[in-house]
Amino acid sequence: MHDAAQIVLLLVVLSDLAILGTSRLSSCIRGLAAQGFLLGLLPVLIAPQLSVHAVSLAIGTVIVKAIALPWFLAWAIREAAVRREIEPIVGFIASQLLGALAVALAFAIASRLPLAAMQQPLLVPVSLATLIIGFIVLTTRRKALVQVVGYLILENGIYLFGLTQTESVPFLIELGVLLDIFVGVFIMGIVVFHINREFDSLDSTRLTELSD
Amino acid sequence: MRLLALCAIPLVTALVVLGAPVFRGRRVPVVLLLVVAGAHLALVTSLWVAPAPPALGGWLAADPLGLTVLTLTSVLFLATAIYIVGYLRQEAARSGRVFAGGLLAFLAAASVVALAHHLAMLWVGMEATTLSVAPLVFLRRDRRSLEATWKYLVVSSVGIALALLGTFFLASAQGEGDLGRPLLLPDLIAHARELHPAWLRAAFLFLLVGFGTKMGLAPMHTWKPDTYGEAPSLVSGLMAGALTSCAFLGVARVSEVVVAAGLGSFAQPVLIAFGLLSLAVAATFVIGQRDVKRLLAYSSVEHMGLLVLGLGLGGIGAYGSMLHLVNNGLAKGWMFLVTGNIALATGAANSGNRGLIRTLPASATLLLLGLFAVTGSPPFGMFLSEFTILRAAFDGGHPWIAATILVALAVIFVGMAALVLGIVFGEPPAPGRDPGAAAVRESWWLVAGPVALAAIVLMLGFYIPGPLRDVLTRAAMALGGTAP
Repeated sequence: MHDAAQIVLLLVVLSDLAILGTSRLSSCIRGLAAQGFLLGLLPVLIAPQLSVHAVSLAIGTVIVKAIALPWFLAWAIREAAVRREIEPIVGFIASQLLGALAVALAFAIASRLPLAAMQQPLLVPVSLATLIIGFIVLTTRRKALVQVVGYLILENGIYLFGLTQTESVPFLIELGVLLDIFVGVFIMGIVVFHINREFDSLDSTRLTELSD
Repeated sequence: MRLLALCAIPLVTALVVLGAPVFRGRRVPVVLLLVVAGAHLALVTSLWVAPAPPALGGWLAADPLGLTVLTLTSVLFLATAIYIVGYLRQEAARSGRVFAGGLLAFLAAASVVALAHHLAMLWVGMEATTLSVAPLVFLRRDRRSLEATWKYLVVSSVGIALALLGTFFLASAQGEGDLGRPLLLPDLIAHARELHPAWLRAAFLFLLVGFGTKMGLAPMHTWKPDTYGEAPSLVSGLMAGALTSCAFLGVARVSEVVVAAGLGSFAQPVLIAFGLLSLAVAATFVIGQRDVKRLLAYSSVEHMGLLVLGLGLGGIGAYGSMLHLVNNGLAKGWMFLVTGNIALATGAANSGNRGLIRTLPASATLLLLGLFAVTGSPPFGMFLSEFTILRAAFDGGHPWIAATILVALAVIFVGMAALVLGIVFGEPPAPGRDPGAAAVRESWWLVAGPVALAAIVLMLGFYIPGPLRDVLTRAAMALGGTAP
């Protein structure tokens, strides 16, 4: 089980980098769904024994992060009929390089953190890397929808960090966190849909009417 | 039982209002809103008379800090609920169901935040407050309100995500040892000195930035003017008065732990820095504003800055902050509701309106008085709380901080007065023609709420009731402050 968790964590990093490098919105969302599925495997793989808590967290995660949210985002781009990210502020190759730097940085930070004897040495660095990459996507992409994907990657990074604390966070709270994120993205999706109708584009840089 | 009811009643009513298709009309949702608002305040009042024992195994409890925020939220909510009756009569196109459902969900979430003693539960409630008002911000569905909603959602969501990370850091600080039940406030405080200091520091920074984003501290305030400017005034009022107070409570909770751990000297400079920056940003952007709601948004940035400044200065500053929290919440509700009246009557509360003292006498008078209240002039309550924070700066040996506060307050007063005085007394551009004046009816429903709030703020300038003073003092002590 231990090795399987390591492999899954490495796959999470790969999915981060894949999302950074893709120009097609649909592959972006597919990458996000794959990442959500990987995150759903982890509670079961990490838990010392199979518990109801771990299994229900896994099921909840898969339902929200691998099925419901990607499906909803895919619906939004289908309705809005957009396919490609247009010239991001930082190019795709450059942002993949940035992502690789983020991974290195994450390992460097994690090695300096006062971590108690952790059973999963990869968990914290992968969590930090995912968090930083989420930030990169959020800040360097122009399409509102891709920014939502960036926000979700950021949340996934925090979720990974939360896995180090599964004993201290009760299931009810985890459920609340998942529900909050689901509702949040749902509202964002609706706003994205209206932005598209109103501006004929999902380009959030056109949102410039309000400023001082 | 009562604590549970405070969260459950608004939540259940919100679900019923939003879920049941019977309520297409507006009468039933609005009546339900009024009834729940009244019942909530009655329950909160009962907590002042007879304290309730903690509920849900210690997850919900009403300590002085939480009770202050809860009471403030409840009072503001009732004033807003009364206002909505008059508002919906004039804005016939608005859906009473969406308003009532969203606001009730907000009340439930805010009650959870105020009462939560489990810090992860506090986070869940805080995120729910953000989400419950988002659909109300983009009610108009035009370009400007879409842009505002988008900024609000993205900036707040990222902020609150950082706060979640901070909460997990706090759990890491507790470790897997025997430092009490995980993330429960009383246990965290009892074992504060055994917490891992590095994780605790990281947790404090992330929670401060995260919840600070929701408070609208500079430099994370960017969503605030747009959101307050575009949302219906009554929603802006609840956000500026109640939601920011909930967010401040989040910062206060982690400060309690940090103070108990003896790391106050680490937290204080950070709080002071955010406070001073917020004052500076507010003073810069207040000048030349043409829209009252955006003006009030920057005023909110200013007051959030003062709150964390008081917390950072410690001593009587913590008491000043608690008192300021109450004053600011009430005054913001008052000002936004009055601004709503002006927007209802004239289309937009901006500098295009002149001489409203003739066409909207009640609202213009309230706006003028509110100008003095929110800028901290005597005899209103804000004067007292700002003065207390200033004194804390002098007492703590920081005369330059006190000087900075004074300069910022003076600039903000000038900036706000320039706009508000023009709107109240200015000469109308075309004499003899008062656009929309015939349609204006300042109904009882629209004026009662702001008048009640104004009366409380005025009273707090002269006299602070014993029980309130006691609760504020105990809250300040928990934050490492001293009695005034």
